[in-house]
Amino acid sequence: MPQRTPLAEWHEKNGGRMVDFAGWFMPVQYSSIVSEHLATRENAGIFDVSHMGRVAIEGNKAVEWLESMLTRQVSDLPVGRARYTLITGVAATDDSVELDGIPVILDDALVARLADHIDGSQRFILVVNASNRQRVVRWLESRLPSEGVTMKDTTVESAMIAVQGPRVFGHKAAHVFEGPLGSVFGEKILQELAALPNYGVLETQVSGEPVVVSRTGYTGEDGVEIILKASQSQGLWQRLVQKGGAVPCGLGSRDTLRLEAAMPLYGHELCEKTDPFSAGLGFAVNLDGRDFPGTEELRTRRDASDCRRVGLVFESRRAARGGDHVMEIQNGTDTVRGEITSGSFSPTCERGIALAMVDRAVVGQECELEVLVRGVRLPVKIVSLPFYRRPRHD
Amino acid sequence: MEKSRRYAKSHEWARLEDDGSVTVGISAYAVEALTDLVFMQLPDVGATVTAGESFGEIESVKAVSDLYAPISGKVVAANTDLPSQLETLGSDPYGSGWVIRVQPDSVEQLDELMNQEAYDKLIGGG
Repeated sequence: MPQRTPLAEWHEKNGGRMVDFAGWFMPVQYSSIVSEHLATRENAGIFDVSHMGRVAIEGNKAVEWLESMLTRQVSDLPVGRARYTLITGVAATDDSVELDGIPVILDDALVARLADHIDGSQRFILVVNASNRQRVVRWLESRLPSEGVTMKDTTVESAMIAVQGPRVFGHKAAHVFEGPLGSVFGEKILQELAALPNYGVLETQVSGEPVVVSRTGYTGEDGVEIILKASQSQGLWQRLVQKGGAVPCGLGSRDTLRLEAAMPLYGHELCEKTDPFSAGLGFAVNLDGRDFPGTEELRTRRDASDCRRVGLVFESRRAARGGDHVMEIQNGTDTVRGEITSGSFSPTCERGIALAMVDRAVVGQECELEVLVRGVRLPVKIVSLPFYRRPRHD
Repeated sequence: MEKSRRYAKSHEWARLEDDGSVTVGISAYAVEALTDLVFMQLPDVGATVTAGESFGEIESVKAVSDLYAPISGKVVAANTDLPSQLETLGSDPYGSGWVIRVQPDSVEQLDELMNQEAYDKLIGGG
């Protein structure tokens, strides 16, 4: 039986088409993927992302330890900020995370630094993928120092709600906070949230209970992600939907939105063996003066990177899917030059789009490229990423 | 009175016309379940289709599905307006949302398909 988020009952009662996703009972859509996608692009969508793993890491050596575990620098991450990072491990080929294996990428994650405890010990939340949560937690636990850091998987006792779109705050410029967030936060908190930079994190309260709000998301839109107690999530969700007018969105539109924004999805753009430099994730790997698991291996890979992640646009509405081959046509002969990692119809572009990993020789060249989609060759063009960049809204 | 439709387990419908051809389409239930249709591949007129085998495909945002022929025969017409107006499948699945017309090898093959009552039972609506 898949695990239920605290909002599963709401989804079932409100037309959610429920599927098993990474062991969780989740809505793939309520009305239609395209209408939910466009609601997020044009107004505000709300997503139950409680299936994402949440791990609380605290202690007076928390900074030092995370610095030694994550690909992204943590020592200079200020309180109230989050960062995208990869988690590398030294894993055996089975799921047991043994030492002395080949360094692999176990997950990509968001690490957020919360306010220190009064005694000066540090607090973090690590948000990891549902599909990798157990493995990542086991790996991190195996590397926990004997003192100075505690770690707790808080996924089940908490919930996580994403509110995304140009109208989440209402009309900010007019100081009319009638959007979804105005239905749950008071004027003062709203001002603070509106002033929060991208990847900023605010700890506040709703109905007397602590919540963590970050200016983050997986849609390419402005918005926030809210982590709160499981028992509070139904009330907050209902207010955001009924009073705030946020449109409930399922995992289907979450995927098309993140694809248009060219955000990576573990298992597609990123796998155990992916070279993050080729995958366009070099920004998330700080190697200088660092020593996290796999540092040496990644240094070697950085210097030998021979593939590139690119965006492809089709002429047709037809979409390629992960694993389809990208071919280069030269004088009538074709050569496989890469592979699609994610592909879908794009509701914004109204045609097929895809992310692909290709030989870097074809990037920047006037190559004739085709993708083999279910036996049919479809011409494609390489375009700059992301496919969608949000316009400036005031 | 509308002529009676027969249904395949894979949710295509088939209807015998006065001229002996069989019109093939996709059931309202299947169209509703697919949602977000973006692309459709039709066979050429003159192509041969075989009962139970794929004769085309329909793609939604989430997935690609094969269309299976409910009857064997030769394609005598294809609804070429359909791929650019996929919403017709949902608005008029048994009329202007038809997919292909087949000259059947054997009309008796229709008897192997479900009648309305059996199909309603399959989809849990009857």
